[in-house]
Amino acid sequence: MSAEPIATFASSLEDLGVDLVRTAADEFASTVAPLLDAPAVGTPLPFESATLPDSVETDPTVAELEAAATGVTAAGYGIADYGSVVVQGGADGAEPVSLYADEHVAVVAASDVLPDMDAAFDRLAEDVRSGTRQSIVATGPSATADMGSLVEGAHGPMDVTVVLLEDR
Amino acid sequence: MSADDRRRKAERIRHLLDTEGDAVHENTQVFNEGRYESTENLDDYDELKDEARAIKEDAIERLPDLVDRVTEAVEANGGTVYLADDAADANRYLAEVVDGRDVVKSKSMTTEELDVNESLEGSGADVWETDLAEFVLQVADEAPSHIVAPAIHKSREEIATLFNEVFEPEEPLETAEELTRFAREYLGEKIRDAEVGMTGANFVTAETGTLALVTSEGNARKCVQATDTHVAVAGVEKVVPSVEDLQPFVELIGRSGTGQDVTSYVSLFTPPVDSPTFGEDDLEPGDDREFHLVLVDNGRMAMREDDQLRETLYCIRCSACANSCANFQHVGGHAFGGETYSGGIATGWEAGVHGQDSAAEFNDLCTGCSRCVNQCPVNIDIPWINTVVRDRINRGKDGDLDFLVEGLTPDDEPGGVDPQKRLFGNFDTLAKLGSTFAPLSNWVARTDTARALMERTLGVDSRRELPEFERESLVEWFESRGPRVSREAARRQVALYPDAYTNYVRTERGKAAVRVLEALNVRVDVPAAGESGRAPLSQGMVATARSNAEAVYDALAPAVAADHDVVVVEPSDLAMFHREYERLLPEDSYAALKDRSYELMEYVYGLLENGAGVDALPDGDDERVAYHSHCQQRTLDLEPYTVAVLEDCGFDVTTSDVECCGMAGSFGYKSEYYELSVDVGETLAEQFTTEDTADRTVVASGTSCLEQLDALLTRRPAHPVRLLDRE
Ligand code: SF4
Repeated sequence: MSAEPIATFASSLEDLGVDLVRTAADEFASTVAPLLDAPAVGTPLPFESATLPDSVETDPTVAELEAAATGVTAAGYGIADYGSVVVQGGADGAEPVSLYADEHVAVVAASDVLPDMDAAFDRLAEDVRSGTRQSIVATGPSATADMGSLVEGAHGPMDVTVVLLEDR
Repeated sequence: MSADDRRRKAERIRHLLDTEGDAVHENTQVFNEGRYESTENLDDYDELKDEARAIKEDAIERLPDLVDRVTEAVEANGGTVYLADDAADANRYLAEVVDGRDVVKSKSMTTEELDVNESLEGSGADVWETDLAEFVLQVADEAPSHIVAPAIHKSREEIATLFNEVFEPEEPLETAEELTRFAREYLGEKIRDAEVGMTGANFVTAETGTLALVTSEGNARKCVQATDTHVAVAGVEKVVPSVEDLQPFVELIGRSGTGQDVTSYVSLFTPPVDSPTFGEDDLEPGDDREFHLVLVDNGRMAMREDDQLRETLYCIRCSACANSCANFQHVGGHAFGGETYSGGIATGWEAGVHGQDSAAEFNDLCTGCSRCVNQCPVNIDIPWINTVVRDRINRGKDGDLDFLVEGLTPDDEPGGVDPQKRLFGNFDTLAKLGSTFAPLSNWVARTDTARALMERTLGVDSRRELPEFERESLVEWFESRGPRVSREAARRQVALYPDAYTNYVRTERGKAAVRVLEALNVRVDVPAAGESGRAPLSQGMVATARSNAEAVYDALAPAVAADHDVVVVEPSDLAMFHREYERLLPEDSYAALKDRSYELMEYVYGLLENGAGVDALPDGDDERVAYHSHCQQRTLDLEPYTVAVLEDCGFDVTTSDVECCGMAGSFGYKSEYYELSVDVGETLAEQFTTEDTADRTVVASGTSCLEQLDALLTRRPAHPVRLLDRE
């Protein structure tokens, strides 16, 4: 993977006001620990040697989910041009975890940062065909202007942080 | 329309201007500017639009096949598909599926079209709108006024008052944050308790049965995840072949609508999805979620067979045509809308799904200014759809011949056309008569008796000054004067098209045009070509427009054949040649005239670029000028030429940036629309009365714009060519 999409990804995220944290997989736990406001919920990550700190509840009750300050999930890929992450939830519960906490922390491998929507939709189509039932192209926090001015956190997180696994 | 109907319509518009106009204006402006900005940063904007258009054309062409395929795909995934013929059919099925359970909904205009909430509530279900704007409307018991931001007509203060009255919170709600938090928590409970999640779908892919939902809030995701029955209701036209096809739409829809590069969430669900759902205390497996896709026909398959309405089905409901519309910006969708849909394309939707009567209510609010045309992500000719439906509405009425207007109107329309429309549609005949009898005709028309009669019988607002006809038309003037540049000495030869206003009313700009072209060594002729068809077309009189177009072509064909250029003063007539004639003339004639015709200042620019000396024109000497281009001229991207020529000549130019002056041909004369027209015009007038502009000479290219500016400013505006004329 060339450095270019990563640089674009970083600047797109900056435009969106989304924090980007870069880390190596084996330093993941110590890098993210300070980012996770308690109480935190999460879904297990599919990246070798990047494991969630113990403080993260991976089997939350409804009440814990709703009270969560942070929700950590993996993101299948990122889209550099737009600063989007693609959350592919399923039975593991990535959908509620990424949706109910005040802040969503999305973990994406650097090799999964795609340059643009064209590439992203080729991947999305492939994934759907091989059985992925749900992919959310999420760009920045949820937002609404329905109440008279722009408010972040409208039936969804008000903050998003992206953690980039540089060696994955 | 009777005088009483006109008065009622005027009152309703006045009421909406007072109560909703400010909020709508402010919010649509943000969307409109956002769209310009966001699309400007998109490198392949035009290519994406063409791609999106092609996908839709193909999908609608193959729709029956795609519906079969999506049915197979959804069923293979474990869901069901129901193809509903009409609203009653859809509602019956939905009531069966919902079976009295609690429903949470995300935003769906299609369910508004079907009145799903009412129907479900009638069968005992509790239904909650979870989109915050829809929730506000549900609490207020009001209808959407915008297809993307349905509560756009409500200010924060009004929402706060509403919530405080209805919910009586301990601490009164005030800020947008407080209101949002309150609604989120209130609806959070409803979402947790509901059993059925109902969503719309922006797109449905046939191959895989995937729904694409485009949202900024997370509510649609929650409605799906938190419930164990997912029902998606979508118009049958939402089906596209495959997931790959979604890409251009995803890049265009947010930019075109609210001006976001992409909305917060584009959710691709291939239901039934298996996200864990909410049990009493714990999350429970979501693997036996039910899924129903209800594809709604409700007139769409008939639209598909209709050569004129078919394009409407390409619409992705982005709202750009509403946000870029000056009338919409000022009065909003409660006036500029039918039973469900609002904005420019609503005419097509309403005519197709609710019938012509619903479209007739608001169709006249489209003035054909064409500002929406380049904004539409699927290149729909929205003004044309409005024109066609207007024509059909005209024809649908019983023949009620009005002797007065009938005598004045040698048109090709049936007797039922509204007398007001026939009057304006036959402006050419009127102008010819007015000119023949000038100045007597002007004096008579100005009398109180005549104005009162015109207002009562024809709805011509007596607050508007009527055009004054010149005794000597431009064509007559030129006939007796003759050309002043010899063929041998001429750089180019030109036929100056004498549009009805330039010929009979504003002859001074036609004369200036002749002299300016001659100063640049162009041999000018002014052939006696009649009205372009713009006037009847704007009244929905397509047959008359076509015969006018044919006559104009016959009059200009010799010049075109001789390789002369056709120069047009009035931008709305040039727009006829370049856009609408494609539908009115044989292909060859259209192409020949289009290739050869230019807007006057564009032509002057071309002459200067090709060797004509600017010294032949007067020196502007830093004179400060405020220029308002014309809506249709801007759609054709011709504004920059006037600015460049004036700057070349040494004028100091600033320009307006409103979408339209609000006059729009006959629109501002009509008593039912006079106040809206002035309201729109005032936004322009404000731009020309700022500290920087108040002392500038005002110039405008269009006749209508000149009339509107003349009425609203104390300075007298003129066509820019007058600045270049030494006389
Ligand atoms: S007609 Fe075009 S601009 Fe208008 S809502 Fe539909 S897609 Fe958008």
